[in-house]
Amino acid sequence: MTVDLTTNAAALALGDDALVLSHRLGEWAGHAPVLEEEVALANIALDLLGQARVLLSMAGDEDELAYLREERAFRNLQLVEQPNGDFAHTIARQLYFSTHQHLLYARLAAGDGPFAGLAAKAVKEVAYHRDHAERWTLRLGDGTEVSRRRMQSAVDALWRFTGELFQPVDGLDVDPAALEATWLESVTDVLRRATLTVPEGRRTGAWRAGAGRQGLHTESFGRMLAEMQHLHRSHPGASW
Amino acid sequence: MVTATALEAELLDIAGSVPDPELPVLTLRELGVVRAVHVRGADSVEVELTPTYTGCPAMEAMSLDIERALHAHGMREVAVRTVLSPAWSTDDITAEGRRKLREFGIAPPRVTRDPGPVALRLGPTRTLDREAGADTDAAAEAGVGREASLLSDPVRCPHCGSPDTELLSRFSSTACKALRRCLDCREPFDHFKEL
Repeated sequence: MTVDLTTNAAALALGDDALVLSHRLGEWAGHAPVLEEEVALANIALDLLGQARVLLSMAGDEDELAYLREERAFRNLQLVEQPNGDFAHTIARQLYFSTHQHLLYARLAAGDGPFAGLAAKAVKEVAYHRDHAERWTLRLGDGTEVSRRRMQSAVDALWRFTGELFQPVDGLDVDPAALEATWLESVTDVLRRATLTVPEGRRTGAWRAGAGRQGLHTESFGRMLAEMQHLHRSHPGASW
Repeated sequence: MVTATALEAELLDIAGSVPDPELPVLTLRELGVVRAVHVRGADSVEVELTPTYTGCPAMEAMSLDIERALHAHGMREVAVRTVLSPAWSTDDITAEGRRKLREFGIAPPRVTRDPGPVALRLGPTRTLDREAGADTDAAAEAGVGREASLLSDPVRCPHCGSPDTELLSRFSSTACKALRRCLDCREPFDHFKEL
């Protein structure tokens, strides 16, 4: 029973990460700078939504979990709920998250736990997300004066949400410290190659009570949920 | 190892002959997504289907099409179950499937599984990515988990067969495709990217 409960909690944490980031990326539809990016971001969002459906179904009813929970019941990282900002902010968020997700899923896929099957499938998809984010970071960082300035401001702004990526999650058989070391090495390398300065500030907020994994979210998350959930809540049980 | 019965083989054939909803030139068998059929009773059957991508929106349409085909064959109860493991790979697309993709104007995925000794070829590989610089296409493709042998195998234009093609976008009309352009005939085309 304990095993099931921790598996549920871990499925919720990973599932909420994927769901929330998927929704944020979906907000770019109709607003991306070029058509190719519109399609790329929508494809990445779709991959994440597919992962979210599998993970949330492990924890319960996917629709109820996605559409009927209140803000404090969501267990996603604060990083993934951050507003899209400009394109550089979206890319910085993608770089931080997809590097983490790729490293995490590769480890889960190599094990024999309850997430091995999904992770083995998803790690191949996430490899493309990571590649996409790294290429854009290089292009924007090592680009024009304006793109470099905006990319730098984006990696700086989101840096304080990256500490939470390595909070231990019950039910996930990975070593967070080792994951963090590999992540730092990879992200530092990409930022340096992009001629950007690696941020030096704190990687967690000052708030000690916890963060997304404890159900504590940032201001914009409530509005995002309202938009994501309102149709389902307005028409309970509707189908077409 | 459970041996499939003759009926199961027949039903697998029927389920496998259903066309893919997004790439109707391919059957589900050629795409490699129908894993098995288990007869559960006199007229009850379970089908194991695996998604190409976790979020593939065509899964529901595939399930419904399989159910319809098997109902038409006298099966009263058809349950289509999604299996994730082992993960689907583009290597599961059959040789016939690859040929049909090419005819349809989509460059088929290259084989990623190590087929044994790899013949070395001299000369430059021309899957250029001009925007990101000289060595990045090779490095990035290696970075997304491709085998080294893949790099010596250019993505050929499905229209004129030229190996001189360039990447326009890693994401195209569906999650499973990338957008490329031929440097010889200048036609853009979809490439079923390796997974």
